[in-house]
This record gives sequence, structure tokens and C-alpha cells, in this order.
Amino acid sequence: MPSDSRKSLGTSRRRFLGQALTAAGTAIVAPKVLDPNSAAEAQQPLVNRHLPIQGETPVTLMINGQSHTVTIEPRVTLLDVLRERLNLTGTKKGCDHGQCGACTVLVNGDRIYSCLALAIMQEGRSITTIEGLTTGEQLHPVQAAFIENDGFQCGYCTPGQICASIALLNEVKRGGASAVTADLTHPPESLTLSEAEIKERLSGNLCRCSAYNGIVAAVQQVLGQTPPSPAATILVQEMTG
Amino acid sequence: MSNIEPRKQHESAIGHVTGKATYTDDQRQPVGMLSLYPVLSPHAKARILNRDLTAAQAIPGVVTILLPEDIPGENDTGPIAHDEPLLPTDTVNYWGQPVAWVVGETEAAARQGAERVFVEYEPLDAVLSIPQAIAMESFHNSPQVCRRSDPDTALKTAPHVLEGEVEMNGQDHFYLETQTSWVVPDLEGNYLVYASTQHPTETQHIVARVLGVPSNRVVVTCLRMGGGFGGKESQANPMAAAAAIAAAKTGRPVRVRLRRHHDMMITGKRHGYLGRYRVGFDAEGKLLALDLALYSDGGWSLDLSPPVLLRAMLHADNAYYIPHMEVRGQIAKTNRVSNTAFRGFGGPQGMIVIEDIVDRVARSLNLPPEVVRERNFYHGEGETNTTHYGQELVDNRLMRVWQSVQAQAQFVDRKAAIAEFNQANPYKKRGIAVTPVKFGISFNKKTYNQAGALILIYTDGSIQLNHGGTEMGQGLHTKMLQVAAKALGVSLERFRMMPTSTDKVPNSSATAASSGADLNGQAVKDACETLKQRLAPVATKLLALDTPEEMVFADNWVYCRTYPSARVAFDEVVQAAYNDRVSLSATGFYRTPNIYWDPETYKGRPFYYFAYGAAVSEVEIDGFTGTFKLRQVDIVHDVGESLNPLVDKGQIEGGFVQGMGWLTMEELVWDAQGRLRTHAPSTYKIPTVSEIPDKFSVTLLERAAQDGTIYGSKAVGEPPFMLAMSVREAMRAAIAAFGDNPTYVPLALPATPEATLRAIDGLSAATSLEAAQPASSGVL
Ligand code: FES
Ligand code: FES
Repeated sequence: MPSDSRKSLGTSRRRFLGQALTAAGTAIVAPKVLDPNSAAEAQQPLVNRHLPIQGETPVTLMINGQSHTVTIEPRVTLLDVLRERLNLTGTKKGCDHGQCGACTVLVNGDRIYSCLALAIMQEGRSITTIEGLTTGEQLHPVQAAFIENDGFQCGYCTPGQICASIALLNEVKRGGASAVTADLTHPPESLTLSEAEIKERLSGNLCRCSAYNGIVAAVQQVLGQTPPSPAATILVQEMTG
Repeated sequence: MSNIEPRKQHESAIGHVTGKATYTDDQRQPVGMLSLYPVLSPHAKARILNRDLTAAQAIPGVVTILLPEDIPGENDTGPIAHDEPLLPTDTVNYWGQPVAWVVGETEAAARQGAERVFVEYEPLDAVLSIPQAIAMESFHNSPQVCRRSDPDTALKTAPHVLEGEVEMNGQDHFYLETQTSWVVPDLEGNYLVYASTQHPTETQHIVARVLGVPSNRVVVTCLRMGGGFGGKESQANPMAAAAAIAAAKTGRPVRVRLRRHHDMMITGKRHGYLGRYRVGFDAEGKLLALDLALYSDGGWSLDLSPPVLLRAMLHADNAYYIPHMEVRGQIAKTNRVSNTAFRGFGGPQGMIVIEDIVDRVARSLNLPPEVVRERNFYHGEGETNTTHYGQELVDNRLMRVWQSVQAQAQFVDRKAAIAEFNQANPYKKRGIAVTPVKFGISFNKKTYNQAGALILIYTDGSIQLNHGGTEMGQGLHTKMLQVAAKALGVSLERFRMMPTSTDKVPNSSATAASSGADLNGQAVKDACETLKQRLAPVATKLLALDTPEEMVFADNWVYCRTYPSARVAFDEVVQAAYNDRVSLSATGFYRTPNIYWDPETYKGRPFYYFAYGAAVSEVEIDGFTGTFKLRQVDIVHDVGESLNPLVDKGQIEGGFVQGMGWLTMEELVWDAQGRLRTHAPSTYKIPTVSEIPDKFSVTLLERAAQDGTIYGSKAVGEPPFMLAMSVREAMRAAIAAFGDNPTYVPLALPATPEATLRAIDGLSAATSLEAAQPASSGVL
């Protein structure tokens, strides 16, 4: 169907355009404005959404499968609601200006910098933070891979790196291109995703400890490209008993 | 007669009669915690004429505003000299200096309040660079001199003499977690401080100093840090102190968490340095004499600048034997942030100068730089293996790391291939370089080379481990758990690692100078030995044996070495020890032996040992844009017998990348008014994952156990930082390839694309200018 093919082409094009460049010359995923998933929202009547709101207003957010209502001013960021109101302090504040990636969370499966997103705009969406990734005692595979590949030192950037990595996996699965993708009609696949692609797609998340090699290795492991190293397995066993 | 003073009164008497003795249910949780927000100076130097708080106080949610007169104790946070007011009384000394702290019910209220604090200034002339400080003789100290033999005469007789300058930038720590502290007052005059600090004991001292209370009233706890790198050694103190003043004034818990741009504006950084040298050498490139003046930018207050300068002076030789040498050092006093500790602590600044010189010497003789480097290595015994400050290297591993890294990197083959590539490509040039690192391990200040630990075993066999070191991502806690588990012969999961706290291990040293594992590891082991000595007789009794001497603790069992089949479980021994009324907690202590330093003669044995490493880097430079790509990095580094290879490799990679950032991209730009223009990640570029070389291989030197250290291991935090010098030298090699065998490749630091382009443009000019270079010695 023509409309279908147009949609899929449009998706990948929007995804490509959705990569903004930071001052450092590195790609970041732009905020939700360019997200195709918001198409449905865009079609909703906008009247209520544009009413000027004075002072504080109740906002209901779906976070890690749980509904939370907070009364906040419209200018409050999602990051501040998570950390200051809901005690979900796993998400970190590194710069508060969309320049470091420490605050990365998942909204409808896509990554956003929660310091650049107003909490009130996230109503009706599904937010996942680092706290929402484990199922019971079971680590998310990306979390496990970060441990097995020593993908952190101080750990402060890690929640953001892990959320970014999960989003990266989703983006690749959906055929999303990046700024280094050579051929937009043939987006890369998980098993053959190059190191350059991984780096490009993670370059919006700074790590001052430079655990970058471990982070890349963790992503490669989850992509099914490499098995965990034997040394790492031993360490994880030792550390977790 | 008893020496014990008879107790005068019930220890809580005053609390009971005043109603101030708090009980569990009276304790305040940090709900209702107040927030601090700074008011910053808009001038690099100015007189404060007037402060108007009325508008700020009218903001709803502003609780109070901290001014110098609110400080009950001493208005000073200086770690060495008392020259650092927490809040300035009459003069501001750098752009971004906090002049007041607004205390708000929320951060937003405090921030709004801060915008409404109106301060009137009279701007004054500021000192904004090292050259300006030299010209105006604005210094923190008198010139320091470290001298070996007779460089003056040797420079007169040397076949070749060159002189020049190397100037380098500072570096922002950019720990991902900004400076953070919170303080809970208990209303009995005691303060609980939770601080992101590398030096809880010093934070305790400074908080006590500004509050005017004895140290025992302040407990400082550090859970862990989101990166430190030296930036939370002394720099954490003013924030904790401000929060403590606010807590004292309001009686409520208070937190401070700097916003990123404030952190970058307020806190000290790596020192920028200026080195001016004259070097004498022979036709083979052997260094004969060096005269070097090092000036550091100390900023507005002294902070830790003297020991940083000392380390720079003691590392100006790097790996090279220079028979006649004089290094002079002086700290410029400027109107900038007060520069401080940063991974390497002056070492990198000293070493980059000599690496710059050696490359220049080699090119001036048309010799390969790696050949000249190797020719000048410390070697043999006695004089030729002894540093300019009189310490012999003893277990010199330079040639081992040097040869293994070149073999690993296939240096010779690749150098030939690069020459071919450069022949064929006019607009892209590649360069390869190998550089050595020798780094002295120990705090330069002898006193700091001590550490303590406290181990508590509970009757169920679970254990709490305390030590004086802090965790900032370097894996110290992991290593300490490993040491304790090994020393006690029990499994890791028995332990709970406790947050570093001054009420558990007092009088601790900063977790700095790469010494965390060396010092604290020995203290932990010492505590374990004490506990084993107490437990061994208990086990002997349980096993119905005669003497406790031969008892072995391993795998959660205790048994006699000569009779291992009869054994008793660790848990059982612990329970029996408790029943026998044997103490199950012990402190441990360690002080580094055999180190000494004479500050008068600048001679001694300041370092317990040296760490060695070598790196090969290959870069490709684009002649149109000046950008470079780091193609491959090979490292061989000496960590002794590694306590944890995974952690150590992480430290090596991380240190290298951070060093590369300093040398090639992290540019601090101060404008003519002394304002830092690069105070956010948008303008200050640290390495991202994209700058990590595709081929990055790190090898730990094999068969490297070190005598007299904790399980044969060596310090690893700082030394790898300087492996990144190979990147700059590789860039100089690539830049040289754009020219016609230049005899000198000056390259500004950091080597940004602009600097690289300028270096390429300047190639021909540099050669002809060399003879005319102005004489720049004689200032110190
Ligand atoms: S805190 Fe959001 S990008 Fe830095
Ligand atoms: S692990 Fe420390 S910033 Fe990434």
C-alpha cells in the first residue's frame, strides 16, 4: 500500500533528520518533536493542551509501569520530577543543559534527555528509567552486559549510557540510520552494526572516566556480536557470589 | 594516683537540662532540606562597595542569605595557607567567586533570590596570565630550586644548545557529578556532613574551622563520588563549609549541589604551566644539561599549588638521565580560579616540557625521536640511574615497557608504512610516536603516607569493612574487599563495604596521589592480621591442637598447615571467639617506610617506588582542517602484580583518554576581562566515545610483582594519564611530514585543529626563527 511505504520511508528519513549535532560535533537524538510516535498525539484536539497554565498543576506520569501524579509548575523538567519529587534518583543530572547525556531516559522506547523535556509534555506516554529495567531480580541484558564488560568506573554516567544503549538497540531493530550510515536505503543490522555506528549512536553520552571501550563492548555483546570475556565472567561471579 | 580525670558531670547533662538532647524520634530526616545557590562575582578583581539584600529577602522561599558575618569560626577554607576566605569581605579575586550564598526552601527560590542580591563593585586591575604575573612579580612563593651538578658550566661547553618555551593550558576536571554536599545539624552542636569529597578528613577540618567547633563535632561521610580526578580533594571543602554555615544559622538540613556551569566557573582546575628552558646536548642527542624555569598558574589562592609544583619539578626529567640540571619553580598569583590537584598532580606539566625538548633535540640532529629518547634513558646503576633529586630508580623497568610496547605495536614496520603513506598523500599525513612514563609513587608530603582501617566481625560471620580511602570510580572499594577477603581467607560476600567516614577511620589522608590501594590496602591487611592472631588460638582450641602458629585461614575454613584435613568453619571460630570473650573488631594502620625529603636541598627519596609505562600512538592529520584521527594506541603499563586486572585496565584506558583530552581538545578560554568562556560541555570539549581509537590495546607488564607493596601491586590511578604524551608526539611527527624535515615542530597546547593548522603553517617559519628566538632565561 502506498501509504504504508510512504510511512516507512518517512520514518527513516525523520529518524535521520532527528539526529541533531551538538557543539562537539557529535550526534544526539533530538527531542520528541520529530518523533513519529507523536503523530497520534498531534492529531488530538489541541485546545486543552494550549491553555495557559498559571502556577502549579497536577500532572500524571506513567513511570516504570506505575502512575504518579505530581503537582508542578509547567516549566519543571522531567529530570527534576524524577529526582526531586519521586525520589527516582537513578537518573543523574550532569549538566541540566542537554549536553552530557547523564539524564537519558526512555519515553515510549525512545531516548530523551530528561533535563530538556518538560514533565508536563510526557503525560500519556510511557516513561522508563534505570529503576524500571530490572524484572524482579533479573537484570536487563544491557545492564548485565555493562557489568560483564566493565562499562563504568564511577557509575555516574551509567544509567544514561544504559538507557541510550537500549534505545540504540531498538533504533537498529527498527532500521534507523545514523549520521555515519553510508547507505540510507540499507540501514545496518544488529549482527553487523559496526563499531563506528555504535560510537556515533552513543556519542551523546559523555563518560569522563572513559569507560568507553567497555561500553562499546557491552553493546556489541547484547547485539550478539561477541560473547562475554572469560575474565569478566569470573569477576561477575566473584562480585555477586 | 589515677591519671584519669574524674568525670565532672553526665555527658549529656546540658542537653537534658536545656531540652536539647535529642532521641531517636527527635532526629530530623533530611525532609525540609534547604538549598544553597551562589551569588557570583562578575569581575576578576574588584572591591566590594555595598551589598543590598532587600529584594532577595522579599522573594518567597528565601530563608536567609549567607555573608561573611554569618561565619561563626574562621572565614577561611585554605588547605595549606589560610589565604582563602569562604566569603570575601572586601575584595573579590576572580570572576565567578561566590560572594554570598542564598538559602532557599527550594533550589528555585534560592536561585531567584540570588538574582536579586545586588552587589556594588569597584573593578580593579587584575592579573590574568602567567606572563603578566611574571612581569608584575605577582607570586605566591619564592623560587624553588632543585639542582644537580653544574648546569651553567655544562651549558657553556655543550656542543649544541637550544632554548625555548612550552606553555600549557589547565584542564577542567569535569567529574560528571558536580560538587555536592549536604549537612544535617543535630541541634546539640554536632554536624553530619555528607560530601562528595576525596578527603573527608580535610573537609571535616575545614567545616570545623568555619564553624569554630572542634573536629569531634563534625562527622564527614563520603558514600562514593561520580568522579573526582583530584577535583574533589580541596575543592569540595568550600561547598561543604557553606552548607554547614547555613545549617548552623538555620538549624535545618541544607544541601548544595553546584550547577555545571557554576562548578566550572567556581572551582579550581589543573594548573596551566609555562616552561622556559635551555638545553645542551651532543651530536648523538645525549642530553648534557638542562636549565628549566617552571611557572604555574596558582590562581587567586595557594590551595595545593606548592606540592603540585614540587611534583612538576621532580618529573621534569621523565625517563631521562640529565647529568647537569637545574629546575626552578614558582607559583604565579593570578585572578583566576584557584588551581588544584588533577590526576598527575603537576607530573604531566613537568613531563610534557621534557618530551617537547627531546623531540626538538632529535629533529635538530635529524635523528629519529625514539632513538634519542632511548639513548637518554636512566640506565645502569648509581649516577646514571639516579634522578636530579638524588633518588635511585633501583628496579628500573623502562627498557622492559619500552621494548614490549614497540614489539606489540610493530613500531618499526608501521613507521616504514607511514613514511610510504606520507609520500603518497600530500593532504593527509600520518605520524607515529612512542613515549615513556616514569612516575613516582607516594605523597610528596611524608605525613600523608599513612592510612587506617577498621574491621568489625559480627557473630554470624558477616563483616563490615571500613578504610580511610574514598571511592570515585577507581575501584578502590573493590580492591579493598579483595585484599580483606584474601587476608582473612573468607569469601567476598561476607563483607559490607562501609561508606568512608571520619568517625570510623579518623585522620585519613586524601584519596589521591594514586596511593589509595597501596596505603589503605596495607592498613586493611594489618587489621586482618590482628584479627587472625586473635582467632587462631580459638581455632586451635576447637581443633584440639597445641600451637596457633601454623593456622591457615582460607576458603572460609581455618586449619593447621601441617594437618589440613581437620578444619573448622570460620563462622564457628567467630562464634567461639565471642563466647570466649575475644574481641572481633580491629583497627589496622600503615605508614610507608623508607621515604624522606629534605626541602632545603631538594634531595631525598620522596617516592616509595616508580611506576613505568610506554605507549605508541598513531594519528592521521587532515591538512585542510587540522583535525586528527587517533588510529591506533598500544600501551604496556607496569601495575606490578595486578590486584584486579579489569579495574587496572579501566584505569589505564581512562587515564590515557583523559590525558589525550588535555593535550588535544580541552581548551580553557579566558577573555580579556578574566571571564572563563568555556564553562559548559557545549564549549569545553572532553573526549567522547567517538574519539576512542579503533584499535586500543592495553597490556599489563608481565612478571612485574613489586617488593614491599600490597600483594606485589603498584599504583595505577595517575601514571597512565601521561601515556597520552605519545598522541601529541605522534601529531608532531605528522605535522613534520607536511614540511621538509623541519628541525623543530612547535605545537601549541592543547593541540586543537586550529593549533595544528597553525603548526603546519608555521613549519618553515619555525626553522628560520629558531636562531633569533629571544633569550628568555634569567627571570627567576
Ligand atoms: S543532564 Fe541532561 S544532558 Fe546533561
Ligand atoms: S563511569 Fe564515570 S562518568 Fe562514566
